[in-house]
Amino acid sequence: MEEKVSQTQIVDWFEKIAETIEENKDYLTELDAAIGDADHGINMDRGFKKAIAQLLQNRNSDIGTLLKTIAMTLISSVGGASGPLYGTLFLRASSAVAGKQDLTAQDLANLLQAGKDGVIQRGKANLGDKTMLDALSPAVETYTTAIDQNRSLVDALREAVLATEEGMKNTIPLVAKKGRASYLGERSAGHQDPGATSTYLILRCLLEVLEKERSKNV
Amino acid sequence: MKKLINNPDDFVRESLEGMALAHRDLIRVRFEPHFVYRADAPVRGKVALVSGGGSGHEPMHAGFVGPGMLDAACPGEVFTSPTPDQMLEAAKMVNGGAGVLNIVKNYSGDVMNFEMAAELAIAENIPVLNLLIDDDVAVKDSLYTQGRRGVGTTVLAEKICGAAADRGYNLSQLADLCRKVNLNGRSMGVALTSCTVPAKGSPTFQLGEEEMELGIGIHGEPGRERMALKSADEITELLTVSILEDRNYRRTVREWDLDRGEWSEIQLTDPPLEKGDRAIAFVNSMGGTPLSELYVIYRKLAAICEAKGIAIVRNLIGPYITSLDMQGCSITLLKVDEEMVDLWDAPVKTAGLNW
Repeated sequence: MEEKVSQTQIVDWFEKIAETIEENKDYLTELDAAIGDADHGINMDRGFKKAIAQLLQNRNSDIGTLLKTIAMTLISSVGGASGPLYGTLFLRASSAVAGKQDLTAQDLANLLQAGKDGVIQRGKANLGDKTMLDALSPAVETYTTAIDQNRSLVDALREAVLATEEGMKNTIPLVAKKGRASYLGERSAGHQDPGATSTYLILRCLLEVLEKERSKNV
Repeated sequence: MKKLINNPDDFVRESLEGMALAHRDLIRVRFEPHFVYRADAPVRGKVALVSGGGSGHEPMHAGFVGPGMLDAACPGEVFTSPTPDQMLEAAKMVNGGAGVLNIVKNYSGDVMNFEMAAELAIAENIPVLNLLIDDDVAVKDSLYTQGRRGVGTTVLAEKICGAAADRGYNLSQLADLCRKVNLNGRSMGVALTSCTVPAKGSPTFQLGEEEMELGIGIHGEPGRERMALKSADEITELLTVSILEDRNYRRTVREWDLDRGEWSEIQLTDPPLEKGDRAIAFVNSMGGTPLSELYVIYRKLAAICEAKGIAIVRNLIGPYITSLDMQGCSITLLKVDEEMVDLWDAPVKTAGLNW
């Protein structure tokens, strides 16, 4: 049987994200303090706490509606650059999977691709600018390539999360060209990008939710 | 952290509540989403001037709401831009039928949130233009950053455009004026200490007793260069020379084209300050520096300008665009013409600026 991501797993995914962001709030803020203005963890935590509360009120909706609920709450509660960027990511992702009760491997590819396109359009960033895109882009590419090679959804996602982690770490030597870190110029090198880090955490949460389910089924 | 706060999560809300109580005659405050607006809003037939940004820069922006200046201000969390729903609700509240001009500082979060807000307001048939302030000469290389930050010139633009809106400038005239003020304004700042963001609870950066950070923005983000602490005169010289030596800065900005109904990119270039120019000089405290020290800075600034043949025709000295409890200051020089001086002198009645 083809592996799918269920509607319930999407809800679990966001519960996991909210928990993980809370656990990593200080870590993300410390990363941001080095090159930005020390609010990334605080803002993401505030946004995902509100988003999960909204989501749980609508927990029986289709996946497109769930993602849209998340997007709108993030847009209206995070602020900074992360609000519009993550908001646009999930808004575009929701359009890509509108009305669906579960996601095939290809649906997840479409979701990730649409989210990435939204981030590029909103943030006008390029690869190598030391932004969340440096973690998001390898995720989308690796995942899509893997399912094209007939890897299972979970295996493809596992490879994608590894690529995202690498993308996140690869932001360390980069000189920032977007966001407040860009004002530091050369001095931004040597620090991991907080946005790339939260992107990695978010994707890792999806993998953890799916792997947990898989181990139950075995 | 030692601060007069109850709970970091309630800080912005409680501060706004206090402000509303203290200035009942001037402003009203709405919550969820948060915004501050003129008690007499909307003013029929007048273009509404709205600004916003992170909290922690008081009196900017809520302190500049009132006759002769802003119609509304949207405060975000501390150092975090407000969200599009705040700007949309503010625009709906203050639009007097002539449209809304948003004054936006050039930070990625502010720019993105205000762009989303403008799209939402335009979808509700409210004409909105976003004008960027990007006056910080500390940011050198526009190719490798997203351009200059918006700092001190924001205060001067809000005052001058506020007076013009009162005098009946229409939306596109007001946008032209705001663009002119931005292109003629230049700023640079210095930090002697870091600020402490309440939700974080510890200083954003560490600066030794004998160190200073040159070219900081207004959020405790590190500056252009860290160096040994210098005297007030030497610091004034460093800041002023950077401003005066700044040449024709070129940038591409995105503005909404009202006729075509879409975003368009335009190229703008600053004219440099030259001998014989007239200027408004603004010496600003980052929040933790007393007025007495600002006067020491102004003393040297006036001398440098005189020696360079630049006439300071008006001045503003005090904490107007601050960075919480940071010690340090910024200098802004705005090259002015008759129109700008005349609008600067017009009456203003706000919590933060009043004449």
